[in-house]
This record gives sequence, structure tokens and C-alpha cells, in this order.
Amino acid sequence: MSESTAHPTPANPVPGATSATMQDVDVAGAVPDKPGPPLAATAKRRLTSPWASLFAVILAVLWTTPTLGLLITSFRPQEDINDTGWWTVLSNPSFTMENYQTVLDPDKSSALGPYFINSIVITIPAVIAPVLLATLAAYAFAWTSFRGKNILFVAVFALQVVPIQVTLLPLLTLYVDAGISGTFWAIWISHTAFGLPLAVFLMHNFMREIPGELIEAARVDGAGHVTIFFRMMLPMLKPAIAAFGIYQFLWVWNDLLVALTFAGPGAATAPLTKALFDLAGTRGNAWYLLSAGAFVSMIVPVIVFLSLQRYFVRGLLAGSVKG
Amino acid sequence: MEIADKLLSMVYALVAFAVVLGLILFLASRYERRGGRSIAWWFIAPTLLLLAVALVYPALRTIWYSFFDASGASFVGLDNYGTVFTQSDQLVVLRNTVLWTLVTPFVATAVGMLYAILVDGAKGEGVAKALVFLPMAISLVGASIIWKFMYDFRDPAAGTEKNPVEQIGLLNQVILWLGGDAKNFLLDSPGNTFWLILVMIWIQAGFAMTILSASIKAIPSEMVEAARLDGVHGFKMFRFITLPSIRPSVVVVLTTIAIACLKVFDIVRTMTGGQFNTSVVANEFYTQTFSAANQGLGAALAVVLFILVVPIIVYNVRQLRASEGR
Amino acid sequence: MTRMMSRPRTRGAVLVAGGLSAVLALGACSSDDDGDGGSADGGSTDCADFESYGDLSGKTVTVYAGIVAPEDQPYMDSYKPFEDCTGATIDYTADKNFEQQILVQAQAGNAPDIAIVPQPGLLQQLVATGAAVEPPAEVGANVDEFWGEDWKAYGTVDGTFYAAPSGASVKSLVWYSPTQFADNGWEVPTTLDELQTLTDDIVAKGDNKPWCAGISSGEATGWPITDWMEDMMLRVGDPDVYDQWVAHDIPFNSEVPTEALDAVGNYLKNPDYVNGGIGDVSSIATTTFQDGGLPILDGACSLHRMASFYASNFPEGTDVSEDGEVFAFYLPGKTADDHPVLGAGEFNLAFADRPEVQAFQTYLSTDLWANNKASASSEATGGGWISANKGLDPANLVNPIDKLSVDLLQDPNTVFRFDGSDQMPAAVGSNAFWKQATAWITGQSTKDTLDKIEASWP
Repeated sequence: MSESTAHPTPANPVPGATSATMQDVDVAGAVPDKPGPPLAATAKRRLTSPWASLFAVILAVLWTTPTLGLLITSFRPQEDINDTGWWTVLSNPSFTMENYQTVLDPDKSSALGPYFINSIVITIPAVIAPVLLATLAAYAFAWTSFRGKNILFVAVFALQVVPIQVTLLPLLTLYVDAGISGTFWAIWISHTAFGLPLAVFLMHNFMREIPGELIEAARVDGAGHVTIFFRMMLPMLKPAIAAFGIYQFLWVWNDLLVALTFAGPGAATAPLTKALFDLAGTRGNAWYLLSAGAFVSMIVPVIVFLSLQRYFVRGLLAGSVKG
Repeated sequence: MEIADKLLSMVYALVAFAVVLGLILFLASRYERRGGRSIAWWFIAPTLLLLAVALVYPALRTIWYSFFDASGASFVGLDNYGTVFTQSDQLVVLRNTVLWTLVTPFVATAVGMLYAILVDGAKGEGVAKALVFLPMAISLVGASIIWKFMYDFRDPAAGTEKNPVEQIGLLNQVILWLGGDAKNFLLDSPGNTFWLILVMIWIQAGFAMTILSASIKAIPSEMVEAARLDGVHGFKMFRFITLPSIRPSVVVVLTTIAIACLKVFDIVRTMTGGQFNTSVVANEFYTQTFSAANQGLGAALAVVLFILVVPIIVYNVRQLRASEGR
Repeated sequence: MTRMMSRPRTRGAVLVAGGLSAVLALGACSSDDDGDGGSADGGSTDCADFESYGDLSGKTVTVYAGIVAPEDQPYMDSYKPFEDCTGATIDYTADKNFEQQILVQAQAGNAPDIAIVPQPGLLQQLVATGAAVEPPAEVGANVDEFWGEDWKAYGTVDGTFYAAPSGASVKSLVWYSPTQFADNGWEVPTTLDELQTLTDDIVAKGDNKPWCAGISSGEATGWPITDWMEDMMLRVGDPDVYDQWVAHDIPFNSEVPTEALDAVGNYLKNPDYVNGGIGDVSSIATTTFQDGGLPILDGACSLHRMASFYASNFPEGTDVSEDGEVFAFYLPGKTADDHPVLGAGEFNLAFADRPEVQAFQTYLSTDLWANNKASASSEATGGGWISANKGLDPANLVNPIDKLSVDLLQDPNTVFRFDGSDQMPAAVGSNAFWKQATAWITGQSTKDTLDKIEASWP
């Protein structure tokens, strides 16, 4: 960390500032010591620029249009879906709940209930475990020194490129030998391992943004790495944990391949995605039902996203403002 | 299994995980108190162990099988690599993969970053971000049909007076409204690859936005406020404050999306099946391994992916060195 | 067509008896399934057919397939009599990734007891993993009794019989609108020449292009053209040449295959003939096979060659019958006497030889099961399932397309051939053939197409 840092005191962390960025900041002007108003308040003014607002709205509309099309489609009768564009509902509204009724019909052998529970049971440990393990590992990579550290770190994140498909056969063979194929354990372990390269990579990045002075000061005070990790790192990394948590949650929630291969397609362990894919029918003739299915499966991730949002504002930011 | 049993097994798993992790940390802190130096190994050991079993061993096995024939029975040396690099259509596959990996990260990151900055702190920010986040949530289940309603093509000339052709793809309808000619988006190469890439950009912009937003939130408000007092606004604020502060995160996002693009195959597979010159290496890998029953060639294609990631690694190592040099 | 319908039901008496007992067994057994569920009801004569299997109480057989809801329910229903009478439990699971999953599972030593395998080619790959086991002798005997030699051969790998056939589908069908045909005075063709004349008549009428097609199907894009070509192989060539072609005894790019693909091109690559209601020739490549025949419904297209299962693609409520909105006719042979039929089907492959697995496997190879299954399908999904089992009683079928298909399969004049691409090596049948067929429809010449497929043969 550069000596020119304006916030050397542990009580006032300057995240987001590596040495390279610090120089740029200095170019932009000195950073005062007095605490400013919350960033949110200043940023609100930014959107008052009409061009910025317009641009944001255009982007939002462009990005939402395909999803909106699917949403409208999910409420249209089967005959209409193939005959006319979804936008024609504006001039000629015709809606039905039938697709959703079919998807949610509890009498069907593919009733979603048990699969929904399975998805929950699969996802929670498969998000918590890699987040904690990766944060721990990222701490070691970022703030301790040991031989071969950089090579090892690069190797870990490079493992992202290994296609999961090449792991299926060897891993399943191991699980069969260990007697855990067909159980949630096989899914949890696999998802945890597969999530680690990206998790370590992301958490390492956020770790590095925490000023080294903080850790050095704590070390001088006699705190061990385990203490620093729990007392300082975890609280400060809330936004990062939330960001990666969302990603890992989505990955696991939307996964089909891993769960199917390691635990099978039965209602005992298979996730929601399995039931949703099967909605289209053996020969895909009921593909239009996927429109309703997609929205049913989307509810939980969107709730998770919105509820984790608040950690984006607190965490590091709150700490620096309080200082 | 009953619901209660399932939930109970989940709780057991979480407890077991907590116990194992707690034990490791307990031992690590005792070790540290006794003056142990390489405490880092305690921290990274669980990760390394899992990765070694779940990814490194299968990857090495893949490299090994890439030197064998279709059934994995007899050694064929570099024959599979010869096939990968000499088949005429394989060159198109490599070209497409490079296109995907170059175009998607930059566009998706730019869009995600721009959006994250524009809505940062605005009223209803959470909802606004959720809109761009949606494609990530929907990507798997709805992917096969959501873009059908954008790209679908029906030739107006195929209609009769009694039965005029109606478009169900929005883009063609818009083109017709504007007085243009409907176009078969997924058929004409190389344009079709860009239409497929657009889908990936649509999905990954949400990822970029999520990570960069977390990073932007971490910029100290004092820094922003001071710059503002100095009269720094708009693009200058972005250039001198925001971008430098989130630069490491931008590198991370670019890298992650680039690697995701190397591995992308589901978009290609569901939308064109890799036909019409749209295939990519990961799709060929999947086809050879699971459809064409050619284990050796499939493995060789996976190894090509391992090779293609090298430039990305080199770039990251440089970034790492630069930030280490503090 | 008319000939098909008026075909005398030769096997009448025996079959009706078999079918009846099956229905009775279904009824009786399901009515007492609230009992102990363990052992068979000693006094019930309806379980007589299951007595030879013995008491299998407490035993479980796992079945894995690619057939998902709603078509999975009739499978489970058809297992019910076996479960009720023997006390065994049949655990049926299915997912749409079956074809990839089953290979991984078999190789990793995690195979189910029985897999319902949809292609002979996949069957060979599974047997090659070493995980599959041969069925008991009764299964072979049943297959000898109820199926032709050809079907037994499809379930045989390197001279060893492994798997009895299960369901079947008929591919040599052309979907059309009986109403449109009646309005225009068009007749269902009985020879290839008549098909050509009909096509030209429709063009001359000028209301719509005669043919429509769609071959887009994700990773399997192109497969409908391979079916087309196989059908034409049976017609411009003959079944013997077809067999040689499938077995690669004649090159893929030799004379007859070239003629056959050109015969397909005569229809599918003729801009005057396609693509009714959708676009030009190349639009075939990007239209999903599910959508390919739908323009028939609004008269924008008159003819669509697609298998029997296409019936379920028409929106609910569509009248699929001989005088309805849509129906199918047999894609005619060269002459009215030629009767080649292209089809496909599933096979029951076992990965375990425990007594309960063998007993269940035997049940699945009987006419009793075929009739139970057909009745269950009629009840649960309005039909949509047939078998080439000669013991299948057409009286158990409710759906006109199923009846037409079974008539075709059971017609003594019929020469049946299994989908060739399903039997070719995976590198051809599930890769090069599809890819090159797609390239062909978007402009590649017949010669280049066949040369490239020939070159890909492993």
C-alpha cells in the first residue's frame, strides 16, 4: 500500500484502493479526511442528469424485453403462442392461467413440490460451504506469504476452465466406490468443489481491496490470522460475500447436470430444474410450458437477489462512513 | 424421503461442515500460537483437497485420454490433435471461440458497469438492478425459448391472402414495422455468431453488474465527495475516481466472463445445435464426448480449452504482479 | 390408405382373448392394492399369469428411461399388476438427459436394473461398457413368439441377444388435412408417382405450397432429413440395399443413397414445393421439427412427413382422425404393392440378473404387458403408444393414429426397417449425418454431403 494513502488508520478503511488506483486518485485531487455524506445521497444527484436517466431506462428496457416477452407468452393460450407475436396482446388481449395450472398441477407425476424442497436442500449447503472455504483460502492467498503462493493461486483460478463434463465419470466412479452416489452428499461436495475456483478468485480480489495497514495494525496488536479472519474480514467482506453468494446460488439453483449425474433423476434428490425440463414432454411438444416453468423457477433467485441487495449498501461502505 | 428427513439431512450437513471447519481453525490457531509459520496451509488445505479430487484429477485424466482413440483403448499419440487442427470446419470453430471470448467480456462488462454506475444510489436501485439480473436467473430453463420469440423468422412471402404470415419473433416484426425485410438471424454466417453472442452478453451483463456494483459501493464516499468539491463530474469522475477504484474488479469480471465464454456450449446447442458455422470448441467437445462417442477427440478438444485459457492466465499474472509491486 | 383400413383382422380371436385378460388383470389387481400389497392375493385367479414369477415381496426393481410426464404414468400403471401380484416394487424414474446419463451411469458402475433404451446404437454402446447382462431364456422365447426376427436382431449385439423390444413408432407417415383434401377433391396417394402428381396438383391450385418441414432440434438438428432419406432408401432402393447401407457394406456415397437423397431433394429442396406457411427452402433448417407441420392447421401447407408421435404436437382439441382437421397417410411405396415401413422403438436392457429383475424383464416381453401398457396409455394420455408386439390387440387402442400405425406394423405385406441412423455408429448416426443433412438443406450439394458423411465413418 502506497505511503501516500490518505487513510492509514485502521478505523477508516479505504477499500477499492490498490497502489495503482491510489496514484490515479492523487491525480484527481487530494482526499480529505473529513467524512462526507453517504455515497447514496451524492449518487442520487447523479441520476438527475436527464441523459444518464434516459440511458439507464433504455438499457433496462432493452434488457427486460426478452424476459417480458417470455412472461407474456407464459400467460397466452397454446394456439396463440405459435400463431401471433406476443406483442399483439396489446391490441388483442387474450390471457390464460392454463400454462401455470399445468405446471403447478399437483396430480401430475412431475408435481414440483418435492423437487422444490430438493432444490432448497441442495442449494443452501452448496452456497455456504464454498463461500466460507473460498474466503478462508482467499485470505491466505491475499494476506499471508508462503512459498509458491502465486503459482498456486493462478492454478486455482485457472481451474475455472475445466469443463464440468470431464469430471462426471471419474467423480461418479469415486462416489459409487464411497457409497455416496445417489445422496445429497455427492451433490453438495461436487457443487462446493466446482464453485471454489471462481469463489477464491473473486474473494481474493475483494480481499486485496482491504488496506494492508488494517491487517498489519491488528497483527501488531497481537491478533492471530484466525482472529483477523473472523473479526475483521468476514464483516468487511459482506458485499463481496453477497455478490458471490448470489452467483453461486444461481449456479446451483439452475444446475441440472451435476445433481442428475451424481444423485440420479428420482424425486428423492433431483432438483427443480429436472422437473421443469421434463415439462416440455418426451419429444419437446409441450415446450411452451417452459415459459411458465421458467418464471416459477425464477421466483426464489429473484427474492434472494433482492434480499441480498441491502448488503451492497452496508458492509464496507457503512464502516467508512462511520469513521 | 420425507421433507423433514431431507431438511434434517441438510442441517446435519451444515453442522458437519461447521464442525470440520471449526476444528481446522481451532488447530490452526493453536498451531499459530505455538509459533507455527505457514498457517496459510491450514486455510487453503480444504480448498486444495477438494479441487485436487474434483477438478485436477479429472483434468489430468482428460489430458491422458486425449492421446487415446475413440474408445480409450489404444494409444494414438497426437492424432486427435491433428484432427482438431486440420479438419476444415474446425478452423471455423476456433475462430468462433476466439470471437466469443473477445467480444462478450468487453461488451458485457461495459454494459454491466455502465448500468451499475447509472443506477447506483438511485431510487428503486434494487428493482432496477433486478431487471438486468433477471437474465442470469432465467438463463437455463427459459433459454431455449426466450430468444425464439426474438429471433424467429417467418418469410412474409410464404403467406397467402387467406393466411398472411405473422411474425412471432420481435426483431423481425420491428424490422417489418420499420419497412425492412425480415431476416433469418440464425442462418447466415458469420452474422449468426454475433446474434448468439448477444444472448451471452445479455446474461453476463447481470454478472458484471452484480460484482461491479458491490465494488462501486466500496469506493469511500470521502473520495467521491472530495473530487466533486474539486469540480470533477460526469465522465471525469468515472475516469479518475470510479474506474481506478474498481479496476481490479473489472479485471476479475473480464476474466471470469472470458472463461465462461470459452466453456459456453448450451446457448449454441439449444439455438443452432452448432450448425450454420456457429459451433464453438466447447460444443464440439460435448458433441464428441456425449453424442459421437469419441472419447479421445472429445478429450483433445477439452485440452484445447485448457490451452486457450493460457493467455487469460498470463494477463492475470501480470495484473497480480502489478498489484503486488506495492 | 384405404387398403390399410380395410385390411382383415387376421389374428382376431386369440388377441381379443389376450387383451381381455389383460384388462381384467388390470382391474382386479388395482382394486385390491390397498391390501397388504406384499404377497399376491392367493384366491385371485387374475394373478395366475404372474404365478410363475413367484413371490417377490420386498424386492425392488429400478427402471430408468427418457420417457417423462405425461407418458411416464402409463408405464407405472402397466407395472401395477406385476407389483400387486408378485409383491415387488418397481421404481420408475426418467429424465430427458437419459441418453447421456445412462452411459455415464453404466460406465461408473451405477446403472439401474433396467434401462429403456431408445436406439440400437446406444444399446451397443451400453453393452460395450460391460455392465449389461443377458436376459433369461424366457425373454428370448417371448421375443421369438411375439416379434419378428428383424426386431430380435435390433436387440442383439455381436450375436448375443440382450434386449426385448418395448414400444415402437412408425415414421413412414405423411400428415395432411382430410378436410382440405376433401374440399379440393384430392386423393390420398398409393404410389410414389401419385404423390408426385398430388404435389404438382397442389402447386397448380396455387393456394399454398404443398410441403412443409422443420429440422431444428437443438443438438440433433437435421434428424428429420435423415428419416426422410431412410424412407427414400427403402423406396428408390429396396430393403436389402437399405440393410447394406446401414451396415456400411456399401459406401454412404454410392449410387442408391445418392438417388435416395436426391429423391428427398426433389421435394424438400424445390422452392415451389416448400416451405408452406414458413418461408423458403433454407427456412426448413431453422424451423423446429415441432413447428414444422403446424401450418397444415391453417391450410398454409398440405403435406408434412413425420413420425406417428407428431400427433401430440397439434394443440389440444385438434381433431386428429380420418375425417378430421389433420391425419396421416402411409408414405406410399414405389408401387401400391411395395410396403416398406420405417420405424423406431425402445428396448429393455438389464444391468442386473437378480430373480426379480429377470421376472420383471420377462413380464415386459409378454403380450400381456403390451396390452396392459396400451390400455394404460389409452386411459392416461389418450393413446400415443404402440408396440410391434404381435400380441398387441388393436382393440386396446383409442387413438386413430395408433390404430393406423399398428395396422401398418402388423400388415403381413409390410417390410419393416428400423431407423438407420439409430443403428449407425454414433460418430455418423448422432453427428455427421445430422450435420451434413443440415448443410445439405442450406445449399450443400448431394455429392459433397454424402462424401463427407462417408469420410466420417469410423
